[in-house]
Amino acid sequence: MSEVLVLVDHVDGQVRKTTSELLTLARRLGEPSAVFLGPGFDAAKETLAAYGAQKVYRVENPDVDDYLVVPVVDVLAALVEQAAPAAVLVSSSAHGKEIAARLAVRTGSGLITDAVDIRAGGSGVETTQSVFAGGYTVEATVTRGTPIVTVKPNSCAPEQAPGAAADEVVDVTVSDAAKTAQITERREKQKSGRPELSEAAIVVSGGRGTNGDFSPVEAFADALGAAVGASRAAVDAGWYPHTSQVGQTGKQVSPQLYVACGISGAIQHRAGMQTSKTIVAVNKDEEAPIFELVDFGVVGDLFTVLPQATQAVEAGKG
Amino acid sequence: MNIVVCVKHVPDAQSDRTFDAADNTTEREAVDGLLSELDEYAVEEALKIKEAAGDDTTVTILTMGPAKAADAVKKSLQMGADAGVHVSDDALAGSDSIATSLVLAKAVEKIGGVDLVLTGMASTDGTMSVVPAMLAERLGLPQVTFASELTLDGSTVTIRRDGDVATEVVRASLPAVVSVTDQINEPRYPSFKGIMAAKKKPVQTFSLADLGVDASEVGLDAAWTKVTQITQRPPRQQGLVVTDDGNGGAVLAQFLTMQKFV
Repeated sequence: MSEVLVLVDHVDGQVRKTTSELLTLARRLGEPSAVFLGPGFDAAKETLAAYGAQKVYRVENPDVDDYLVVPVVDVLAALVEQAAPAAVLVSSSAHGKEIAARLAVRTGSGLITDAVDIRAGGSGVETTQSVFAGGYTVEATVTRGTPIVTVKPNSCAPEQAPGAAADEVVDVTVSDAAKTAQITERREKQKSGRPELSEAAIVVSGGRGTNGDFSPVEAFADALGAAVGASRAAVDAGWYPHTSQVGQTGKQVSPQLYVACGISGAIQHRAGMQTSKTIVAVNKDEEAPIFELVDFGVVGDLFTVLPQATQAVEAGKG
Repeated sequence: MNIVVCVKHVPDAQSDRTFDAADNTTEREAVDGLLSELDEYAVEEALKIKEAAGDDTTVTILTMGPAKAADAVKKSLQMGADAGVHVSDDALAGSDSIATSLVLAKAVEKIGGVDLVLTGMASTDGTMSVVPAMLAERLGLPQVTFASELTLDGSTVTIRRDGDVATEVVRASLPAVVSVTDQINEPRYPSFKGIMAAKKKPVQTFSLADLGVDASEVGLDAAWTKVTQITQRPPRQQGLVVTDDGNGGAVLAQFLTMQKFV
């Protein structure tokens, strides 16, 4: 069976959930081989093995962390040549998509981004994407080279299936060309203690209706164990950071439950959340377009509805 | 300094975007189009650089697309850019991101002497966010992408890039390919003076032959991926919407409990 390369997304060996999802999907196409860059392999090995990585290619060259995108492309391009994999899977972050983009050009391979499903079909790797703000579903295949696919978080439920995770140290010389864009400073984001927005099973978002006070939104999110998102209006007003923005120009999320609070639901916002399984909205304006999408909606003031709901949820957890 | 801004003419997200039933490509003719909103930030950033430099810095707008795409160049010229280049050729229809990056790279080379290539963070139709990286790969230039802040200092460009886990500062020497986010500035509206002045600004049109690109390398048939099926998602059915009568929060919690989210 052919190998399927999975680029591991991790912070110092803490493997992100998106990687467990990719390993689960990779098993449909062949034998998963994880590609692990940077420090922390010992911490990561158990997770990679649990989700079915038969092999782990390790690269410990420090250059990989100091320059933007290209060193990772150098590593993957070398591995594509060496292992002739059935596909390369990368998670659909800004970083992941750029790695995939350059790898596609470098290896003469077709690229599919933001897949929400992937399977082995008659004509090779087949993918499903959700496009035009979730209005259409597109099925596609790669017709040239090694299929390179970026997969959106929450595209499948990670399933364990033990693998050997036999590690093989890969010695890749990072090209001088890769060293042209240097990361001169890195400030880790303060941890909120909440799940990461694009990976969360539940997202509670606030918009213009919060008037800048996100405390009821955050309290409700914490009661549900949810991530906090924000509409563009709230971000543009400086009420919440851009990295929390849900919508066309922010994160496209697809959680089990999405709760929109004080968000009218313009097309740009819908583009970021329309594929959520269950959608709930709280808004004072009964005419708000968000209500067209909801499974359940409350027309009311979020400053009274959310605290009451938070209290009821907390009480229910007992 | 020579700045090239790559822009795209896209179907308006407010209109009913759809696909050409014959070949599964994005319908571009029958729907209203406009300059991709995210590209306005790249145009604005170029204009700010030009204004701050106060010298003979030129801003050239580059687009690839059918005849209608000229509107995206026009809007950018009205905002204040100096000149336009429109790559148009029937053979380009249905090109994927790989072919698009090839054509744009050849056009940047043809324009020549370029110090800075600016782009938006994504188009609002395909939303792949991959062309800037591909362009850097093809041109062999540093890739400095997703800039939420940009500083030029002589021969280097420094940006701030806000990621999920960290904020990074990235520095590269010029020439470079830089993509900017919608956090970087507030794009201006064309002024009346700008609209009038745009009419006299030069716009060159290049064919594939002008760029030395073979037609077999671009277009739908040359795409390295193939769309096999497109299905319109049925609109979501509206569920229960209740008006808060003092009990709305409790009812909401009840719904979430029933759905096993609590």
